[in-house]
Amino acid sequence: MTTMTLAKALNAGLRRAMEDDPKVLVMGEDVGKLGGVFRITDGLQKDFGEERVIDSPLAESGIVGTAVGLAMRGYRPVVEIQFDGFVYPAYDQIVSQVAKLHFRSGGKIPMPMVIRIPFGGGIGAVEHHSESPEAQFAHTPGLKVVACSNPVDGYWMIQQAVASDDPVVFLEPKRQYHADKAEVDEDAVPDPLHVSRVVRAGEHATLLAYGPTVKVCYAAATAAAEEGKELEVIDLRTLSPLDMAPVYDSVSRTGRAVVVHEAHVNLGLGAELAARVTERCFYSLQAPVLRVGGFDTPYPPARVEEEWLPDLDRVLDAVDRTLAY
Amino acid sequence: MSSAVDGADTGALTTDPTTDLHEAGPELVQLLTPEGERVDHARFTFGAGLSAEEEAERIRGFYRDMALVRRLDVEATALQRHGELGLWAQLLGQEAAQIGAGRALRPQDFVFPTYREHGVAWCRGVDPVELLGLFRGVDQGAWDPKANNFGLYTIVIGAQTLHAVGYAMGVQRDGHVGTGDPERDTAVVAHFGDGASSQGDVNEAFVFAASYNAPVVFFCQNNQWAISEPIERQTRIPLYQRAKGFGFPGVRVDGNDVLATHAVMEAALQRARDGQGPTFVEAYTYRMGAHTTTDDPTRYRLSDELEQWKLKDPIERVKAYLTRNGLVDQAFLAEVDEEAEALGRRLREGCHALPDPHVLDVFDQVYAEQTEELAEQKAGYAAYLDTFEPEAAR
Repeated sequence: MTTMTLAKALNAGLRRAMEDDPKVLVMGEDVGKLGGVFRITDGLQKDFGEERVIDSPLAESGIVGTAVGLAMRGYRPVVEIQFDGFVYPAYDQIVSQVAKLHFRSGGKIPMPMVIRIPFGGGIGAVEHHSESPEAQFAHTPGLKVVACSNPVDGYWMIQQAVASDDPVVFLEPKRQYHADKAEVDEDAVPDPLHVSRVVRAGEHATLLAYGPTVKVCYAAATAAAEEGKELEVIDLRTLSPLDMAPVYDSVSRTGRAVVVHEAHVNLGLGAELAARVTERCFYSLQAPVLRVGGFDTPYPPARVEEEWLPDLDRVLDAVDRTLAY
Repeated sequence: MSSAVDGADTGALTTDPTTDLHEAGPELVQLLTPEGERVDHARFTFGAGLSAEEEAERIRGFYRDMALVRRLDVEATALQRHGELGLWAQLLGQEAAQIGAGRALRPQDFVFPTYREHGVAWCRGVDPVELLGLFRGVDQGAWDPKANNFGLYTIVIGAQTLHAVGYAMGVQRDGHVGTGDPERDTAVVAHFGDGASSQGDVNEAFVFAASYNAPVVFFCQNNQWAISEPIERQTRIPLYQRAKGFGFPGVRVDGNDVLATHAVMEAALQRARDGQGPTFVEAYTYRMGAHTTTDDPTRYRLSDELEQWKLKDPIERVKAYLTRNGLVDQAFLAEVDEEAEALGRRLREGCHALPDPHVLDVFDQVYAEQTEELAEQKAGYAAYLDTFEPEAAR
């Protein structure tokens, strides 16, 4: 057992993945001596060398595109995109190459690649540093998309993503990197990568969250409990594929669901979740599925981001609205 | 000359006036003239170390290769005209560039093609019938890239150049560079065209290759036209000169001269295998056909230009050389013609015999580890199809 922040857990997970498989490489901007701008790769270059922890030129398409070639040569690259808003120069390589090569080649070219993206807001950053682009990748067949929310998942999920023979877009809630510590049992048997998990049981409504909003929803559920409202909180963890069984099970019991994410609501993950829940739990629903998320504007200046982001009060407001049906 | 506005001396900011895009000049490496005369070049030679007979045998081989891939191209174009292919990207006129580059490879080298490298595929031993699948719409590249070290065709312009550099970085990490073992040391070739030279990915590939000294050769077939846009729209200096700005050598070779292309590529590939880093080879050639079978070049270029390039035909000059020097007889030429006919027949028959995929197959290759939701979608669609009469359900 070791007590770790999410940042330390991801670092420890990456380290273990590199120890387990000499084909695992880490590459990206400033991942070497600096250890990444968030220090997630801290110390890895010192211990595994410059051939395995590669400081790249400052070009995102180049990072992902060369990782494709490395994967074709039998390596398992873990690339770091420095910030969510900087992934778009690599968008073509991710969507047209990484996502499709297995399909196009009839399975002859697997793409065992992890694309790590610190995502979400709340750190007072300048523009392009606080975005939530998950829907763009979850909408792309051929990619798998996951989001961790806590140190234990960070430690295990990064190792599972590295071990996956499919490309995984790995979203890390940057606001949580250095926030909370948790006990990580390095000898535990983790849940599989692509499962969702109930993190708080409740009977009156279901909150669906991932990444940074898991903590928000947990706090909302704690506050609601003081008023006698028991909210079930599900940490989705996997965004593509979705693991809907725990969601259907929960909503069938509660009859109410609220999806909470930082990403823009329009055509976001919440829309897909609402559609699926409506299709499968239609006769159990007591209210329409509601969504709480970022508004359909570009991410705002930092001074108003806390008002723009879904917070405890906006979640509880949605809970009240769903309970009012 | 001074600026009239503020008196700044803009005359200090001139470009080098000697950069004519089309001036062949002394920088163009040529070893066989359009008339079929061998000429010497100060830095590159073809056939060093070969006996006269071995050299003649090689050149006869190039002739055969070029004649056969031209036939392959003509046949595929005909198949498109007959509705058997949805599209075909023609290589007509670029046979020497592709055969020269392809025959300079060693088995362990790896090639990242565009969608027009039918001649290189031929050299690598890819079954030409397999090249048709993508254009017929039965698959998206069915050959096994590992079987012949020949990657899948890439449609997004220039994307594969980064893959080539990454693969070359893997070669470095495997210790397959600069060992001196001719069966181990490995080079990677990134194919692209003059249009692709404008792409960000290609320029990033140059940066990464230079930064890591990757064992890669950037082989640019400058066929003068990116669909309808002439080379002047892509560049104001000869493309090979761009390499200097990235920090590695650039060479312009007569891409219609198979001997020169082979000699330059042999040197560039060996340089990569030896661990000396990337090289940019600009094969100066001409797309004699259309961009693809959907294109109509008469809308944007003069037939005079094509007529001029016909005089520089890559196959005719080799034939003239071989014939004039008594290195082939009529029997050899007739044999190649027969072989070409047989290849044409095989392509026609092979194309017709390509099996159509089943729509349900598309669900299975998206992931290495199938997802439950995709398996469910497949099962749902299969059940839906089962509600139709068998002949309609296919």
